Amino acid sequence: MTSRGAAEMHDGERRFGLVRDPLLRGRVLRAGPVSMRVDPRVLAVGGVLALVALAVGVVTLLTGTLEISFADVVAALGGQGEERVVRTVQGRRLPRLLTALLVGGSLGVAGAVFQSISRNALGSPDIIGFTTGAAAGAVVQIMLFGGGVVETALAAIAGGVLTALVVYALARKDGISGGLRLVLVGIGVGAILAALISFLMVRADITDAESVQRWEAGSLVGRGWPHAVSVAVAVAILLPALMALRRAVTYLEMGDDAAHALGIPVERYRFAALVLAVALTAVAVAATGPIAFVALAAPQVVARLTRRGGVLLLPSFLMGATLLAAATCSASDSTSGSAPPWAS
Amino acid sequence: MTLSTTPPTDAPTGPPVHTLAARDVQIGYPGRTVISDLSLDVLAGEFTVIVGPNACGKSTLLRALGRMLPTAQGQVILDGQEISRYSTKEVARRVGLLPQSPVTPDAITVADLVSRGRYPHQRLLRQWSPADAAAVSGALAEVGMLDQADRMVDELSGGQRQRVWIAMTLAQETPILLLDEPTTYLDVVHQIDVLDLCSRLHAQGRTLVAVLHDLNMAARYASHIVVMSEGRIVAQGSAGEVVTPELLGEAFGLDAVVLADPENGRPLVVPRDRRVGR
Ligand SMILES: Nc1ncnc2c1ncn2[C@@H]1O[C@H](COP(=O)(O)OP(=O)(O)O)[C@@H](O)[C@H]1O
Ligand SMILES: [Mg+2]
Repeated sequence: MTSRGAAEMHDGERRFGLVRDPLLRGRVLRAGPVSMRVDPRVLAVGGVLALVALAVGVVTLLTGTLEISFADVVAALGGQGEERVVRTVQGRRLPRLLTALLVGGSLGVAGAVFQSISRNALGSPDIIGFTTGAAAGAVVQIMLFGGGVVETALAAIAGGVLTALVVYALARKDGISGGLRLVLVGIGVGAILAALISFLMVRADITDAESVQRWEAGSLVGRGWPHAVSVAVAVAILLPALMALRRAVTYLEMGDDAAHALGIPVERYRFAALVLAVALTAVAVAATGPIAFVALAAPQVVARLTRRGGVLLLPSFLMGATLLAAATCSASDSTSGSAPPWAS
Repeated sequence: MTLSTTPPTDAPTGPPVHTLAARDVQIGYPGRTVISDLSLDVLAGEFTVIVGPNACGKSTLLRALGRMLPTAQGQVILDGQEISRYSTKEVARRVGLLPQSPVTPDAITVADLVSRGRYPHQRLLRQWSPADAAAVSGALAEVGMLDQADRMVDELSGGQRQRVWIAMTLAQETPILLLDEPTTYLDVVHQIDVLDLCSRLHAQGRTLVAVLHDLNMAARYASHIVVMSEGRIVAQGSAGEVVTPELLGEAFGLDAVVLADPENGRPLVVPRDRRVGR
């Protein structure tokens, strides 16, 4: 209200296009009443990650026991060529690649959200028990009801969501959650669930124990279209919803009072973000079994590369996708059916 | 726009007068009541300073005035309506509150932090309007940090950082400002910087409420002082009326003499030296 001149200086007369505001690090994309802030550095990191993911994807489609040339892969993607080649590319390699990208991306996003809400780098879903909870759900299903792909996946989702609710309820004090309490309670609940899984394993017969072990290891071997599609649907619904909450969740890092003073209904938004991120984790774990490290590392690497704080959803997605796809690609030749070694 | 039920007597016409008041409120946390039966009118256009011993409920009162805490009984009235009937964003367009210890985000520039104050005026698809740019540069100029706009906040001195936080609250462009201990942890020079800034804002017609610890600073800068003790208001009025040896004894348990400040004639509190036997 004090400086009319400043407004003119910053904004010029441009109502459309990419505007530079000397105050801000980024640019402003303006189109009439619509204005979006764009950060070139974040955009650049995202672009590079997308290219790396693409390269990893191409290599993945080219590698396997069957030698297939680049031209044949491209043809097979379009449904042309030898039937055996088309079946391998379309039916095995492509869905496995997509599952890896989507699961890795989901875990990266979930990690970014959890780390921000808990204000702690350790607040990723594999550390605070949500992944273990999903695994426990699947293990109980396999042991007591005999498994099945869809049933195990649903049990994993139920286990993840249930665990998240328990952790949230225990970490809530005076109607306020968040912070270190969430991390500590999560680690405790995770430890209890891990003990439960071990206990069930000891009591199980040998075939159940073996299939549990295979599931628990977390794997992309033998993942087909149903897995890819289920995660794709979850990402298509949950990621945009999280993007709508992104700024508010970032502002929660200033403390509950400061965020509330800016007009953010703190507890409601935190709970919503938590539910969305847990759902994303649970669907991912249901597709591949628990995969460690990605959710923890992806947001941290993104923060280092972009040198920006706050929740960066799309870069975290791309980073998680790249990490898991690269790990899958490098592991796909070395094993024949048994679990690859990166999982815990 | 204003549905004020309590227009101040000395404001015949002009810009709308914004009002904020607590009526017989009881406020607390689960299992404990901190404040009961308290009424307070935030006087429009005044620089109100709240003083009181530690843990007497000053922050709790501010949090209720900013609707961060619900009242167990009684009401907080903002612009003639009960505050719980506004949306959170609407409250944030009318009342700005700087909490006692906000957390500085990682890797953020001064301008980026101040621009967060625009949140209540923004939408998902309107993230940076000309009004946002004007408000942020205006707020930065106000606190004298415009030339430091692209520095990182965690490189700043404590006093500069506090001015940046105040700028964030100013960028909100609310007619009413609540500041919870804006000078705590600052050295004397920076305390005076911040309070001079508050004084300028007051002179421009803003309604200001600040919690302060230093009684002498309160007496010097406030146009209205509210003294709290154990969840109650024990006195309010001008510095001359309120800062008296009797009241200091009652509210703070402080044995002090009150002199006239040689700079401006306002009350100056000098605690008695208990080691000097008299
Ligand atoms: N989040 C909270 N939960 C429970 N009690 C609290 C909380 N915040 C403050 N209190 C208690 O309320 C009382 C008043 O605190 P506060 O309003 O912060 O005091 P002041 O700001 O005057 O120092 C104190 O006894 C404090 O322990
Ligand atoms: Mg306080």
